[in-house]
Amino acid sequence: MKATPARTISVFLSQHARVRLALLLSAPLFWLGLVYIAALAALLVTAFWTVDSFTGQVQTTWTLDNIITVFTGSLYQAVTLRTVGVALLVTIIDIIVALPIAFFMAKVASPRLQRILVIAVLMPLWASYLVKVYAWRSALSQGGIVEWLVTPFGGTSPGYGLPATIITLSYLWLPYVILPIYAGLERVPNSLLEASSDLGAKTWRTMRSVVLPMLWPAIIAGSIFSFSLSLGDYITVNIVGGANQLLGNLVFTNVGAANNLPLAAAIALIPIGIMIVYLGVARRTGALNSL
Amino acid sequence: MRISVPRRSALFAGLAIAASVALLTACGTTSAPTGGAEATSLGEMEGSVSILAWPGYVEDGTNDPTVDWVTPFVDATGCKVTSKSYGTSDEAFNLMKTGDYDVVAASGDASLRLVAAGDVAPVNTDLLKNYGGIYDFLKMQSWNSVDGVAYGIPHGYGANLLMYNTDVFPVAPTSWSVVFDDAAANAGKVTAYDSPIYIADAAVYLMAHKPELGITNPYALDETQLAAAVDLLKAQRASIGEYWSDYLKEIQAFETGDSVVGTTWQVIQNYVSTGNTDVVLPEEGATGWSDTWMIGSQAKSPNCAYAWLDYIASPEANAQATAYFGEAPSSQAACAFRDDCEAFHAGDAAYAAKIWYWSTPIAKCLDGRTDVTCTDYSAWTTAWQEIKG
Repeated sequence: MKATPARTISVFLSQHARVRLALLLSAPLFWLGLVYIAALAALLVTAFWTVDSFTGQVQTTWTLDNIITVFTGSLYQAVTLRTVGVALLVTIIDIIVALPIAFFMAKVASPRLQRILVIAVLMPLWASYLVKVYAWRSALSQGGIVEWLVTPFGGTSPGYGLPATIITLSYLWLPYVILPIYAGLERVPNSLLEASSDLGAKTWRTMRSVVLPMLWPAIIAGSIFSFSLSLGDYITVNIVGGANQLLGNLVFTNVGAANNLPLAAAIALIPIGIMIVYLGVARRTGALNSL
Repeated sequence: MRISVPRRSALFAGLAIAASVALLTACGTTSAPTGGAEATSLGEMEGSVSILAWPGYVEDGTNDPTVDWVTPFVDATGCKVTSKSYGTSDEAFNLMKTGDYDVVAASGDASLRLVAAGDVAPVNTDLLKNYGGIYDFLKMQSWNSVDGVAYGIPHGYGANLLMYNTDVFPVAPTSWSVVFDDAAANAGKVTAYDSPIYIADAAVYLMAHKPELGITNPYALDETQLAAAVDLLKAQRASIGEYWSDYLKEIQAFETGDSVVGTTWQVIQNYVSTGNTDVVLPEEGATGWSDTWMIGSQAKSPNCAYAWLDYIASPEANAQATAYFGEAPSSQAACAFRDDCEAFHAGDAAYAAKIWYWSTPIAKCLDGRTDVTCTDYSAWTTAWQEIKG
């Protein structure tokens, strides 16, 4: 056989497994290293710098001031608590809404209806985020559709504020919670449900002792989506949140209005810290092992 | 099954982070700002110019087919115009840092910072035919010149007005008290401008109602005076429905009735389509703006930029642009193309002096006090975030 260049290379590669692996992984590793690690490191480093208040130039003198300000300032503590509260409520609401929908999709609906429902759940993702939030802004406004709906029952529209933010965020992230739970339920064999009922367990008992333990990792996976996405959001609260601000807004105003990138970076460390704790707790429950 | 992570990869990750950190530290230099030199003569037009301006300053007929002063400029100079509008001076300040814009229309709370940061270049006013006709009280002011060097050409000036819903206020309010001391009457429906510079509005109110604080310039506040303004704004916060910086958001909020009273610009009143709002200049006076067209120090099309500065200061274009935004024009000649110059007190230097034009608060008190240090813009920013809570 002739030794063409291509053949030479492939012979070389087949004999040197490590070179093969290095070539295969260098592109994704480069991407991960440069875009992900470097961006995070840049953030971390900036948090230790300071900014000249008049010219707005970042000065690379090392200081812990920003970190201390963020961790001791009552403003940041209050906003952090508010943000975590909103994220938790959004996550709880999404799980409560997603569970029955996902159960119906996975276990009750016919295959045809199942496909239609999956498309229906995914459909809102086709529309722009901003369009959806502005739609909620007009729905929640005075004389909007929400007021028109609840007034006959003696209710009032929540108007703009934290409740409106929670409603809108719950709506936005619902597909991200339904899909993992649906996928998790698909993996629960029907035979187990039948066995449970053969052994005399009622619906609730089956749910609690058979379905939920198997579904737990999927619920955690869904909650990671809704929790982390809510934690970083600042556009929704800006549009429907009235005068309230969340951590994302503090970051945004510090970059945008105050031009204080170092302080913004220090504030951005808070949600990163919260997510590390959250993932740590999720790992403790064992939910991440079977993902 | 649990996959164990080899120690080696953790070490590698650590090295990667350390390397990136070292790299970043090396990159981050504190180069001194350079403003660039002013042009001495004009050359060939580059064919395009990018402009950063307040909404309503650069209209080419896309928002309203009858409102167009960009097309005549393009036809005359061959410079294609791309424009971007911004909502707060802080946004403009940050966008200019990118170096993507040849021209910026900056208010006084941004212009000095732009000069200090080296983002704008000195402007040779001899190259601008229309500079001569501009009101003298607008030329070479503290917000458009530094050490006797001009950094731009004046555009127009106006006041931040009080907008109210005529259904809620059948009688026009005469005082800012409707958004401060009496704001609770409309709790949840009061709006305010979402920028640290809004602290000056509270200071203007305190100048009239708490003379014992001794505020003589709302942009020169010492610690006690700032604290008083912050207290007033914190009390106001309880009644605020939402803060606005996006003028479209304010238009919508007044149209639906979600906001019924608050600070505004004339241009917003012009846009509200429901017809149940009006604006008033309250008796305490108001903050306002005096804008300057400036040229970026990294401008890619300096000749087109000079052409734009000259064009927008020409009487007809200046009249169109300032009338549309709802502000006084920069020259008496422009009044020939407008019929509302009296309403805006154009050319009335005494009236213009009553408006507190946006300026950047700095540590060296702007009112001339030397016995105290004033709070600077970063202190105002921190205070503003605390007010919003």
